[in-house]
Amino acid sequence: MATIKGMNLTLKIWRQKDANSKGKIETYKVKDISDHMSFLEMMDVLNEQLISENKEPVAFDHDCREGICGSCSLHINGEPHGPDRGVTTCQLHMRKFNSGDTIYIEPFRAKAFPVIKDLVVDRSAFDRIIQSGGFVSVNTSGNTQDANALPIPKADADKAFDAATCIGCGACVASCKNASAMLFVSAKVSQLSLLPQGQVEREERVLNMVSQMDDEGFGNCTNTGACEVECPKGISLENIARMNREFLKATIHKEE
Amino acid sequence: MALDSKCPTGPIDKQWTNHKNNINVVNPANKRLIDVIVVGTGLAGGSAAASLAELGYKVKSFCFQDSPRRAHSIAAQGGINAAKNYQNDGDSVYRLFYDTVKGGDYRARESNVYRLAEVSTNIIDQCVAQGVPFAREYGGLLDNRSFGGVLVSRTFYAKGQTGQQLLLGAYSAMSRQIGKGKIEMFNRHEMLELVIVEGKARGIIARNLVTGEIQRHSAHAVVLATGGYGNVFFLSTNAMGSNVTASWRAHRKGAFFANPCYTQIHPTCIPRSGDYQSKLTLMSESLRNDGRIWVPKSIENVEAIRTGKKKPTELTEEERDYYLERRYPSFGNLVPRDVASRAAKERCDAGFGVNETGEAVYLDFSAAILRYGKEVATVEGISNPSENKIKALGEKVIENKYGNLFQMYEKITDDNPYKTPMQIYPAVHYTMGGLWVDYNLMTSIAGCYAAGEANFSDHGANRLGASALMQGLADGYFVLPYTIGDYLANDIRTGPISTDSIEFDEAENAVQKRLEQLINNNGTKSVDYFHKQLGKVMWEKCGMARNEKDLKSAIIEIQQIREDFEKNVKVPGGMFEFNPELEKAARVADFIELGELFAHDALHREESCGGHFRDESQTKEGEAKRDDNNFAFVSAWEFGSNPSEPNLHKEALKFSNIELKQRSYK
Ligand SMILES: Cc1cc2nc3c(=O)[nH]c(=O)nc-3n(C[C@H](O)[C@H](O)[C@H](O)COP(=O)(O)OP(=O)(O)OC[C@H]3O[C@@H](n4cnc5c(N)ncnc54)[C@H](O)[C@@H]3O)c2cc1C
Ligand code: SF4
Ligand code: FES
Repeated sequence: MATIKGMNLTLKIWRQKDANSKGKIETYKVKDISDHMSFLEMMDVLNEQLISENKEPVAFDHDCREGICGSCSLHINGEPHGPDRGVTTCQLHMRKFNSGDTIYIEPFRAKAFPVIKDLVVDRSAFDRIIQSGGFVSVNTSGNTQDANALPIPKADADKAFDAATCIGCGACVASCKNASAMLFVSAKVSQLSLLPQGQVEREERVLNMVSQMDDEGFGNCTNTGACEVECPKGISLENIARMNREFLKATIHKEE
Repeated sequence: MALDSKCPTGPIDKQWTNHKNNINVVNPANKRLIDVIVVGTGLAGGSAAASLAELGYKVKSFCFQDSPRRAHSIAAQGGINAAKNYQNDGDSVYRLFYDTVKGGDYRARESNVYRLAEVSTNIIDQCVAQGVPFAREYGGLLDNRSFGGVLVSRTFYAKGQTGQQLLLGAYSAMSRQIGKGKIEMFNRHEMLELVIVEGKARGIIARNLVTGEIQRHSAHAVVLATGGYGNVFFLSTNAMGSNVTASWRAHRKGAFFANPCYTQIHPTCIPRSGDYQSKLTLMSESLRNDGRIWVPKSIENVEAIRTGKKKPTELTEEERDYYLERRYPSFGNLVPRDVASRAAKERCDAGFGVNETGEAVYLDFSAAILRYGKEVATVEGISNPSENKIKALGEKVIENKYGNLFQMYEKITDDNPYKTPMQIYPAVHYTMGGLWVDYNLMTSIAGCYAAGEANFSDHGANRLGASALMQGLADGYFVLPYTIGDYLANDIRTGPISTDSIEFDEAENAVQKRLEQLINNNGTKSVDYFHKQLGKVMWEKCGMARNEKDLKSAIIEIQQIREDFEKNVKVPGGMFEFNPELEKAARVADFIELGELFAHDALHREESCGGHFRDESQTKEGEAKRDDNNFAFVSAWEFGSNPSEPNLHKEALKFSNIELKQRSYK
């Protein structure tokens, strides 16, 4: 393992008491940060320091701390999930920084993601989009057909899997100048349209999900591609292209 | 109070069917009149909520995360077992049943385990129907892998993200019901008390974590699917928020807590790197299929490695001690988790740990890389390949199998595991203990159910890999939706449960008081300080090996931590706002009480079984020794007058279908 660097950092952090208050950037200093620490462990150190100084710790979302739950959502030096690629905030390590650095830490910003407190935002719009159609309508029963009754070509299954690895973090929205949710929505639409189980509701699904996405106040996609770059799970722009085709087909059918 | 497991009688393979035929059912029109609260949206809670809503019950669902999709189940990596026998390798419901009872070191109920094995096949069908993208073979059929210490391939998987894909399946089923208004979803809400009216669970007190508002929610039955309590050790592979509060609150109100000391310590996790460490990361068990575990034979080489004078790759074969292969020639690196973990601890305690903390062993892929490389060279007809060529070919094979894990390892440690062996060490991973439930998954409180990791039911003293996901989904999709009807059939005329009652008043006041105490305490030490203290005692004295002396001192130390916490904890901020420190404080308070019960349980069980190893109960070779004459029972603890005086109830375990044997992996 690399040798330990004791880093001294200046942190510029967005503080906001609650949804209705105005927020502002505050400056903090932390010392002796080990380069083995994860970014959130560095935040833990800061919070312990603030508590001992009788100040309020900084609120941020996190849970699994291994890049899979999609809770963590920090905008670090202008990039969702920070400077490393293919990782979430919780997987970002301090070895990506140097002693003396100033780090800007803000919440994911989008009209559809209002701030709850400090760095915590409300991403329930994503849940509502899934509720509008991101599922296969099948009830639980003990007599569904045998799982192997319907072979699925491995290539399709693999593509569906790749789309299904989206963790719903919202980095795509935060990275987009239009705050568009197309990458997130298209990942779910793609997964289900690639699988035979998703066929019956295929058209209805894409229409409903896109309409819910618009209702939630996400912006339009202008193909800047920023989302794909910042997505920690490598969800590809191909999915957006696929969703556009699905949407077009479904719209035409509906009009006919 | 006598414990009645309500296990059906008769031939084991007919019990579940007969039971379903004989229990009460609620007709569809009446289900609309019945409210069910489901706390937790992991595999167990998510699947239960969706299925209950599909049946027509009015469901209220709760989770503390900002979305049900983020429950801890999302992090499961390796896979899910099912007795499908798609590989035609002789698997069957009976074999899965047998493996689970044996793997659990004969400390689980036969009837429950058989049912689990029986419904396992339905789970895979259901998940595929929902669009869960399991791994497939080129022919388009489902692929399987083999897992921890069993002789068949019955594990279904989706790369290293099986839990994620299964949970998103359950989440989508839930979302569909939320969209229809059949489930009312409460994200960012935490249950802080169970409400009991006339002896029956009739609701909960929850806190809205955004506003801090304390709320009353009533129902005809309450399901707790709130996960395991591994975070009592502070460091574990569990998510940061995983906690025991819901179970503990129910326990304090009369639900028995079973086998709290049964903990699974997983052998292959990334070692701790410093005091700031907030959690540990698992490296999937599947790695042991190709990795060889070793430490240096001589202390001199250990020193040389620790001080950086030598690299592990410079040690010759003769200088390495492949201790699992040495001690367990027939299972080698694939011994069950508890055995592998203890063997690593034994070597590190003897001074052979390979990192600065002395708590790490090597998991080495170099032999597998060479073996695979040669195979590929032969297949591709490359004559006289150079050593480098062979390695490159071999690394490709390893990358295809474990690429995402190797990448995760490198991100965390900054070491390249293709070139140098991984460092690993055991870490707390799963808790087999939990709320005591009968065959219907009802706790000892009428109308309060427990599902998934929160209950104690199916894994005995040790859980097999890939069986937790199976159990969570079995409970939620296929068991609870039936068994809960038996109880609710008596409630069709009850009408809505009012929250305007003395019982709700009292429960709400109690929560209010607890939180006020925490906020107004004006102490000097942070919540994490106490959590770390507790974790240290748990790890050192109630961890991989336990003995009377240590357990007795653990009890005293935990009591001291509790007193210190009550006096000196400092919780910033207010009650009626978003306040993560307050959430943590309430959880740690419950962990401290649970920690003490854990130690009492471990002290009482003077045998070694599964994940519970008592130094006093071992063979001459240092292997675990079970004591079936005196300990073939479930320890079900009742909360006494205070956290230090729990009362023990025993549920005897009878084995009619499987013969009890000492496990041997030699
Ligand atoms: C890293 C890792 C890898 C694993 N890999 C595997 C594997 O490959 N195969 C396998 O079979 N098992 C695996 N396991 C074990 C398995 O993941 C868990 O046992 C299982 O997912 C638990 O599911 P659950 O539904 O019981 O609880 P959880 O998924 O833990 O869900 C608990 C739910 O309860 C909610 N909750 C808790 N307390 C409260 C409260 N007071 N108020 C409101 N809500 C509350 C939470 O919000 C959450 O929704 C793994 C575990 C870990 C840690
Ligand atoms: S598409 Fe990528 S960035 Fe967007 S929510 Fe999914 S994982 Fe996050
Ligand atoms: S905390 Fe779960 S993805 Fe970062």
